[in-house]
Amino acid sequence: MNNSEILETVGRISGVNPRKCMKCGKCSGACPAYDEMEYHPHQFVSMVESGRIEELMHSKGIYTCLSCFACVERCPRMVEPARLIEAVRAVYLRQQGMDHMKPEHIPEILDEDLPQQAVTSAFRKYRR
Amino acid sequence: MQFAYFPGCTLKTKGKALDECGRKAALALGFELCELPEWQCCGAVYPMAKDEIATRLSAVRALTEARDEGRELVTLCSACHHVIKRVNGDMKNDADIRDKVNRYLQLEKPYEGETNVLHYLEVLRDRVGFDEVKKKVVKPLTGRKIGAYYGCLLLRPSRELGFDDPENPRILEDFIRAIGAEPVVYAMRNECCGGYTVIEGRDYAKKNVAKIMDNAKACGAEALITACPLCMYNLRENSENGLPVHYFTELLAEALGVGEAEK
Amino acid sequence: MQRIGVFVCWCGSNIAATVDVEKVSEVLGHEPGVVFSTNYQYMCSQTGQDMVQAAIRDYALTGVVICACSPRMHETTFRRACERAGLNPYLVEIANIREQCSWIHKDKAVGTEKAIILGRAAIAKVQLNKPLQAGESPVTKRALVIGGGIAGIQTALDIADAGYPVDIVEKQPTIGGKMTQLDKTFPTLDCAACILTPKMVEAAQNENIHIYSYSEVEAVKGFVGNFHATIRKKARYVKEDVCTGCGLCTEKCPQKKVPNEFNLGLDTRRAVYIPFAQAVPKVATIDADYCMMLKSGKCGVCSKVCTAGAIDYHQKDELIEQDYGAIVVATGYNPIKLDKFDEFAYSQSPDVVSSLEFERLMNAAGPTGGVLLRPSDHTHPKTLVFVQCVGSRCDSEEKGKPYCSKICCMYTAKHAMLCREKYPDTEVYVFYIDVRTPGKNFDEFYRRAVEEYGVHYIKGMVGKVVPENGKLKVQASDLLDNRQLHIDADMVVLAAAIEPDESARPLATMLTASMDTNNFFTEAHPKLRPVESPTAGIFLSGACQGPKDIPETVAQAGAAASKAIGLLSKDHLTCNPCVAEPDELMCNGCSSCEKVCPYGAITYADKEFRGPNRTTLLRRVAQVNPAVCQGCGACTVACPSGAMDLKGFSNKQIMAEVDAICR
Repeated sequence: MNNSEILETVGRISGVNPRKCMKCGKCSGACPAYDEMEYHPHQFVSMVESGRIEELMHSKGIYTCLSCFACVERCPRMVEPARLIEAVRAVYLRQQGMDHMKPEHIPEILDEDLPQQAVTSAFRKYRR
Repeated sequence: MQFAYFPGCTLKTKGKALDECGRKAALALGFELCELPEWQCCGAVYPMAKDEIATRLSAVRALTEARDEGRELVTLCSACHHVIKRVNGDMKNDADIRDKVNRYLQLEKPYEGETNVLHYLEVLRDRVGFDEVKKKVVKPLTGRKIGAYYGCLLLRPSRELGFDDPENPRILEDFIRAIGAEPVVYAMRNECCGGYTVIEGRDYAKKNVAKIMDNAKACGAEALITACPLCMYNLRENSENGLPVHYFTELLAEALGVGEAEK
Repeated sequence: MQRIGVFVCWCGSNIAATVDVEKVSEVLGHEPGVVFSTNYQYMCSQTGQDMVQAAIRDYALTGVVICACSPRMHETTFRRACERAGLNPYLVEIANIREQCSWIHKDKAVGTEKAIILGRAAIAKVQLNKPLQAGESPVTKRALVIGGGIAGIQTALDIADAGYPVDIVEKQPTIGGKMTQLDKTFPTLDCAACILTPKMVEAAQNENIHIYSYSEVEAVKGFVGNFHATIRKKARYVKEDVCTGCGLCTEKCPQKKVPNEFNLGLDTRRAVYIPFAQAVPKVATIDADYCMMLKSGKCGVCSKVCTAGAIDYHQKDELIEQDYGAIVVATGYNPIKLDKFDEFAYSQSPDVVSSLEFERLMNAAGPTGGVLLRPSDHTHPKTLVFVQCVGSRCDSEEKGKPYCSKICCMYTAKHAMLCREKYPDTEVYVFYIDVRTPGKNFDEFYRRAVEEYGVHYIKGMVGKVVPENGKLKVQASDLLDNRQLHIDADMVVLAAAIEPDESARPLATMLTASMDTNNFFTEAHPKLRPVESPTAGIFLSGACQGPKDIPETVAQAGAAASKAIGLLSKDHLTCNPCVAEPDELMCNGCSSCEKVCPYGAITYADKEFRGPNRTTLLRRVAQVNPAVCQGCGACTVACPSGAMDLKGFSNKQIMAEVDAICR
């Protein structure tokens, strides 16, 4: 897919209009995962708007997002940055062989008390 | 009062206490949770992408069953509640998703978001009433200072989940008062515990949990209650010198005299 | 034989771009009854109007049709022009081929066809127009100002200065409004009380001004020049003309636990109180919700200590009826409630305050005597964080307001500077989205805060405030340095959005004045008529029309006063002659019209009529007061016998228009 196709897909599957953003930074202020990302929620929105998708797709922030919806709840313009991050990650993971997590990884992290919903969630988020 | 009930996969295995105490307490309070005859894992996370249909199907199947039984659907696990309620919202409001899901499922009667999804806490507050709960308490948890841990998924996004204020909620605090204990309000009660990122690396979850525990302790909480098995796991296993954590149904059952909380 | 003149306007390219105006004037020229038809670029200009007048004279026109913009724009202009040329102004009809035609169609052929049809309809109507004479109504030379803040006070002073009597109705026990709660005012940092109190005293002492304090407007009837208002003077249980304002009762009252609204609940007052030392009128008021005597009959201390005998526990609300010619609305604003923004822990810690609360904490007459102390433990704060735009510029209706509240960037810069001036050891951070300081000397003011006073302005926003161990842990983004900041603050100040006072909406209904979705009163034209409501005789002053600071408020107050003076200086006003008129011979006295009239313009009277065989019949027939009737036509529609008709818009005329359109 070329850049404009990717942008179109991201826009369609997220339903987000990045132009609504007024660059206030409240999403990044609220984000508990800020320090684990190289591009933060407010940058996500402005980079999608300016078309810098490649860098986003290869950043680690798309895996450290907690999907906690703090940015969605607190954004005064109802931009929903979390949807954007998930859309960029989805576009990346949907490519062949790009799964971020493989089933082989699981046994080493498993412990007796780990609820299976953690594994299911991780698989849903990190694989196609 | 009878409700259709979706337990969720974790409540049948690692999170049994949440489920069993919930059912016993329900009976003591005069309502019954009738488990759906056939259900699958809800998927554990809500698929935000608008073109994902397969990942929404199990939630729709559960919703359809509840509709066909003519009952409202109750969930106990915060994560299941989040997924099912939001998918229900999609079926009501997003014509594209509704259309595609119905064409795939080929149900006798297409599903259009008719079912009402309730969290167990909503049943306690709106159908039973916390005053009624208080009356039925035989072993009030007097003198215990309990902090409510809402976690991030129970109340957000408030436009879709909307049964309490997302930044200043009171449903769990009212619940704590109803069972005779003293609620402790602390600001980190609605911030994420780390969730599924514990799979990638514990350190990240440990950081988040530490912030939550420190804040709860500093504000005087002696124990925490939660409604999510994953939060429970993170708060117990990824905290150093952490406070004891219980499922809210465990304490409810204890107060009603129908169960014992884990130590 | 009618001789109609048709004038089609190009309106520059506004009409001519989508309507072939030359074709329209050509086709309409062939309509029966039309003897003259032309087109011109700007009919409303001097040249255009001269054309109309010349045609009236040269062609002995008996009626004029102008195909142009909406009648709301220039109907009056063309009526006057025709009147000057000797034609009755009500023999003029406007066909709206702009707002209702050229501005909504893109296809020129369609637009042209529609313009022709609209022209035909107007021609058919004007042939049935009758010359009407506008009546006159008197003007009561007295103004009512609703709201006694700086806007209301300034307007009242200006109207009084022109020699007209003015009544100020203020719902609080004292006039002065929000400005009495301010410490210093930007951009000059004058003490608010020092510049306001002289005006308050002037208003109290001016012969032409009467102040109704602790009062509210309950009902308004009538129309421009002839309003009748009912004012409820609430019982303060103190005789206003006897009380000396000595304050002894406020010291002796045993009920000490009443939250003090002047200090926004940061401290308490007594049940009998004077809001602040410079109150005008300086008269005590008893709060009936807290007074033990009024609630349970026990106490009476204030009455015993009062040397003037001013306490009266049996005082009742008084209703005052008064006539006015002009009404000025100056109901002001309030900061919004912050309960939807608890990510900032406003409800969880007393050290998180709103800007107005902070203003009270800095004020020498405030709850801490002007020393900045944390409300929780009364220690001095070493780190302050200011959060901008709380509830403003917000897309979500449930949470906040969509507009910018205008004053917050300036007052936060003011707070920051005053703080650093008094306490140079305190660190001050301001988290902003944009800094909006456009007024005269405003930007220089803000730059002084940054450059001279060392206030840390950070472009970013606070995401969460966590109260822990007596500190407020602030988590915020810094967008320019691209990092997330964690600051341990001692106080957090939230710049809350401002919204119109809650009394505004019911007042708008009472006055039938328009209001926007944010409850701000709408002006007649946003650029050209900013201080008048579209409802004639109602004027707007101050923040009730839109967020504004003190310099703008005072300017607007003067403007509203000048409009009111313009109205009051007239001895009579010309009425609209397009009013309802019943045909008494057809009226059967059913009262349908009286019931539907929104203005109360219709009454019924028994009249004598000649019957057959020289008998006299007494019949009940409708009567319309032409001064009150607004010509809405509801009665005409409701009348089952067709007796009621509307002058200038008669049933026949409407049917003629419909026939012309359907041709």
